[in-house]
Amino acid sequence: MTGAVQSVLGKIKGIMNTGNKPTGKFSLSVFLVVLVFLYLPLAILILNSFNASKSMSWEGFSLRWYNELFFSPSWVSLWKTFGNSAVAALTSATAATVVGTLGAIGLYWYRFRAKKAIQIAAFMPMLIPEIIIGVSLAMLFASTKLPMSLFTVILAHTTFNIPFVLLVVMARLESFDFMIIEAAYDLGATEYQALSKVILPAVFPGIIAAFLIAVTLSLDDFVVAFFVAGPGGSTLPVYLESRLKLGIPPVINALSVVIIAGTVVLAFLSRNIVKYMFHSNK
Amino acid sequence: MRKNYGPLYAAPMAAWMILFFVIPTAIIFSYSFMTKDMHGGVIYEFTLSAYRALNNPTFFKVAFNTIWVAFAATILMVALAMPASYYMARSKHKNFFLLLIIIPFLTNSMIKIFAWMGVFWIDSGLLNSFLLWAGVIDHPIRFLYNTNAVIVVTAYTYLPFAILPLYTTIDKFDFSLLEAARDLGASKLTATLRILLPNIRGGITTAVLFTFTSAFGNLAIPSLIGGNDSYMLSNFIRHEFNIARNWPLVSSMSVILTIMTTIAVLIFMRLNRSPVEVARENREAVNKPAGSTARAAGTGGAV
Repeated sequence: MTGAVQSVLGKIKGIMNTGNKPTGKFSLSVFLVVLVFLYLPLAILILNSFNASKSMSWEGFSLRWYNELFFSPSWVSLWKTFGNSAVAALTSATAATVVGTLGAIGLYWYRFRAKKAIQIAAFMPMLIPEIIIGVSLAMLFASTKLPMSLFTVILAHTTFNIPFVLLVVMARLESFDFMIIEAAYDLGATEYQALSKVILPAVFPGIIAAFLIAVTLSLDDFVVAFFVAGPGGSTLPVYLESRLKLGIPPVINALSVVIIAGTVVLAFLSRNIVKYMFHSNK
Repeated sequence: MRKNYGPLYAAPMAAWMILFFVIPTAIIFSYSFMTKDMHGGVIYEFTLSAYRALNNPTFFKVAFNTIWVAFAATILMVALAMPASYYMARSKHKNFFLLLIIIPFLTNSMIKIFAWMGVFWIDSGLLNSFLLWAGVIDHPIRFLYNTNAVIVVTAYTYLPFAILPLYTTIDKFDFSLLEAARDLGASKLTATLRILLPNIRGGITTAVLFTFTSAFGNLAIPSLIGGNDSYMLSNFIRHEFNIARNWPLVSSMSVILTIMTTIAVLIFMRLNRSPVEVARENREAVNKPAGSTARAAGTGGAV
């Protein structure tokens, strides 16, 4: 283990040294502090997932927590909420991507009455604390006698995902030449043909990025789901929060490693989402 | 002239946002002026009692704690994120470093919180084990369940949200401007403060807005990492909603929370105006042309 850490550190040091541009020692040291700060807790968690001991002191390598996570009946409820999270993430991301992409095209290329108002209403949820979205939707659902379930979670997640889809797809549209679409119209394309043959293929990378961001945000959400999830509709973060209030079961280490592994794969696939999400137009 | 399809494209989104954002927000606002029903819900009678109920020391303490946590965590994040993203943007290996930040950025927050519970845990947690081993302490310390722990974990959770927008802006910055400033005799610090900072305002704004709003309304971190004396507004809202079922009070607190965030955002955006905006405002105020910025830039180019 220490050997592995040293070799990784050695590698990082090597990478740092080969930079030929002048960079300050100060920014380098802060960056290293940031990396240690970000990765040390995760490294400990990964290490502990292979710990034979129930406590956190090391007592030898073991896969018992993985065995318990996947095969013990006491964690069936965890997998049910895991499934709920996956369903909520995929459905709400799909709905938000469709609605948000069409909205982005409408807002970006056309002028019409109420455009400004729609834009404000669509971006606002991003700026107000998420708990307000959770509480207000819970009150809406309760007032309209819509029973809380996984379905209400999907509605709520779609709502907070739309602004992010809008942001990302509009960023993509900015780097896109409207002349191409004019050309399509001049050549006799109908609006539907222009949309499906020209616009959507051109903004496709943005759409994929938006979808991935929406999936991630939905999987990450605790506070909104906490207020709007009904019986049987709990998501994984809601389940985890209720478990972690009582202690830190070692099985969660194993679960975390499984999720982190998925995250690393997702990170490789979605490196370019950053440039859409945080691109600044000012 | 072609038909204007704009409204058609925007209609589903407009309908969705009206139904699931505008109406619920209106509900919260109106419920905050209504009378409490015993079993959750409200009685449609106008009253200000939900706002009057906020006028008590406990609420002020919680509100102050919320501001403090969000403020401290944001400062901590930006202080770490600025030098770190500067280093990343100037490095030869920026794509690799970017990946190293994207992984924690995408990692589930509940796992990040869980990881820190392991670090702070009193019984053989990482920090206690280390301090005991190093001989700094002779019996374990309770790191969890207080405000400082909440600040650290909040900063940890949202640090990538501060780094990524700063990195993307700094990456677009023309570093030769810094070298020019140094050649013209500016110190490293002056060059950073007067050339780099004004040019990356957009990134700073995004970073602060993302981190501050997220920290301000967070529920999971104070509820798992905080203790009774580190209650934040969201804990309060949760308690009133689930246990006390006082909907008007939940609504008035939500209104206050929204107003506080909005004010903080507006103050920050005001402080973080670009020199061009400030110049424009001054010009409008004094009605005097301010061409000094352009002239300075012109001289710089000639040199």
